[in-house]
Amino acid sequence: MQQQMVEKRNSIFDVVDLNLWYDDFHALKNINLEMNEKEVTAIIGPSGCGKSTFIKTMNLMIQMIPTVKMSGQINFEGSNIIEGKVDLVSLRKHVGMIFQKGNPFPQSIFDNIAYGPRIHGIKDKKKLNEIVESSLKDVALWDEVKDRLNSSAIGLSGGQQQRLCIARTLATKPEVILMDEPTSALDPISTLKIEELITELKSKYTIVIVTHNMQQAARISDKTAFFLNGEVIEYDQTDIIFSNPKDRRTEDYITGRFG
Amino acid sequence: MEKQTTLSAKQRLIRSSSKNPGETRGKILVSLCALIIIIATLSITLFLAIKGLQSFIVNGLNPLEFLFSSEWNPTSSDPQYGALPFILGSLAVTLLSALIAGPLGIGCAIFMTEISTSIGKKVLQPVIELLVGIPSVVYGFIGLTVLVPFIRNTFSGSATGFSLLTGTIVLSVMILPTVTTIATDAMSSLPNSLREGSLALGATRWQTIKKVLIPAALPSLMTAIVLGMARAFGEALAVQMVIGNVRDLPGSLLDPSATLTTIITLNMGYTTYGSVDNNTLWSMGLILLIISFIFILIIRYLSARRKI
Ligand SMILES: Nc1ncnc2c1ncn2[C@@H]1O[C@H](COP(=O)(O)OP(=O)(O)OP(=O)(O)O)[C@@H](O)[C@H]1O
Ligand SMILES: [Mg+2]
Repeated sequence: MQQQMVEKRNSIFDVVDLNLWYDDFHALKNINLEMNEKEVTAIIGPSGCGKSTFIKTMNLMIQMIPTVKMSGQINFEGSNIIEGKVDLVSLRKHVGMIFQKGNPFPQSIFDNIAYGPRIHGIKDKKKLNEIVESSLKDVALWDEVKDRLNSSAIGLSGGQQQRLCIARTLATKPEVILMDEPTSALDPISTLKIEELITELKSKYTIVIVTHNMQQAARISDKTAFFLNGEVIEYDQTDIIFSNPKDRRTEDYITGRFG
Repeated sequence: MEKQTTLSAKQRLIRSSSKNPGETRGKILVSLCALIIIIATLSITLFLAIKGLQSFIVNGLNPLEFLFSSEWNPTSSDPQYGALPFILGSLAVTLLSALIAGPLGIGCAIFMTEISTSIGKKVLQPVIELLVGIPSVVYGFIGLTVLVPFIRNTFSGSATGFSLLTGTIVLSVMILPTVTTIATDAMSSLPNSLREGSLALGATRWQTIKKVLIPAALPSLMTAIVLGMARAFGEALAVQMVIGNVRDLPGSLLDPSATLTTIITLNMGYTTYGSVDNNTLWSMGLILLIISFIFILIIRYLSARRKI
């Protein structure tokens, strides 16, 4: 029964033979991954294996680095984003990104959330109010900040800042949310809150999360990809990866024998 | 056994913090440096205050008249000492040059940090360092040789070419490096996560600059402008060579004018120490000090408001 449900989901990202070089350094090698709508995919692997590099190709943030060369395909909703001229504005509106450390703008809480909608052309004050409120409610921050929407976002705690950044991304109504170690700078309680949030968000969004925390990957993800030295060693249902991995190196990594 | 080692460790720690001769010597040395600077600053301020107030206390000039009258006539039979034209002249060249150099310098800084770091480093940076190295007298000389005739020939309103405008242009070029350098520091010290955060939301580079980076750096950018203004306010030589140095209030940008600093440098050689004329120059020096102090207060206020 469950198997059937998984198969009914539509593929949203389809990565085919992706290779990436920083100058001469071959950082991603023949990556093949397919991700389905409204699934949480965890990306695990030792430091330097290319997790951040990979996740940054999915919204082409990697192009900020001038030495990067890519080949292969990254098909987002059927069109290859690394070929031809892609509308970065529209891509990044649909594929949002959360960073390791919360990076709110030094502006008011309201302006932070309204930033995305505003640059995408929404000016109507009432509409903006609605978006801000619903985004903050979605990350369970509304009650904590509703009385100080006009004070600076820099005054929030680390965990609140990270949730604010998630709300800021939600405000542009993305389909996919990329998260690069979103809880690594947070205390255990804030981490737990973000994890709960991810489990709730997955009914509406496709989520890709890089994490160093095996328990986290096991707790919140549907599928897990294990990266090593720029290659995908294994990609499967999370419960299979953690209970019955096919590759010896995956097993070594998740049992803590290296990495 | 274990207890003993902890005890001795404790003793060692206590001894090392109190009885290290090098430590004490170093502390005395740097305290001395600090003391010398404090004493020097205080004595200059005190001296200037005493000398600057003498024209009012000893010579009996009316401070209000000195500040607000525009009649400067020290050599007439009924001498008048109204420094308003020079105070206004100083403020005018300072504000006007900030108006030119501020946007230019900040624009340059944004180009160097956000648009083309490589051209910025290879071309703009050396050019700016060169501009810093040119002495004031050379700026004045170039202004006198190139700008004064240019203004005279271009604008019919300017009979001589010596004008407020000429002084402003020369000063703008002179303070441009200050503004650009500090603005560049301000922009490049912004964390990269701000740029990433904005771009990842689908903002273009220009939107990121305009809506995130400039607002985030605003207090520091304002500091850059105010520091430029402080430099413009204190500059004497180059301005004196091109501004015309008349004692009337300028009616337009093309009229010749004078500033506090140019009047001091021009007249200090022709007045005798202790005379009224000499004392009024000291009073102008005091005004310069007070206004510089206000600039510093503004800068402190702005740095306290830094957001990042
Ligand atoms: N800008 C760059 N220029 C050159 N090499 C880079 C650059 N960024 C990353 N690399 C290299 O690419 C490889 C993959 O880096 P990446 O940041 O993707 O690793 P990661 O899996 O995210 O590691 P971590 O878990 O430490 O975050 C590393 O060997 C790294 O040194
Ligand atoms: Mg990483």
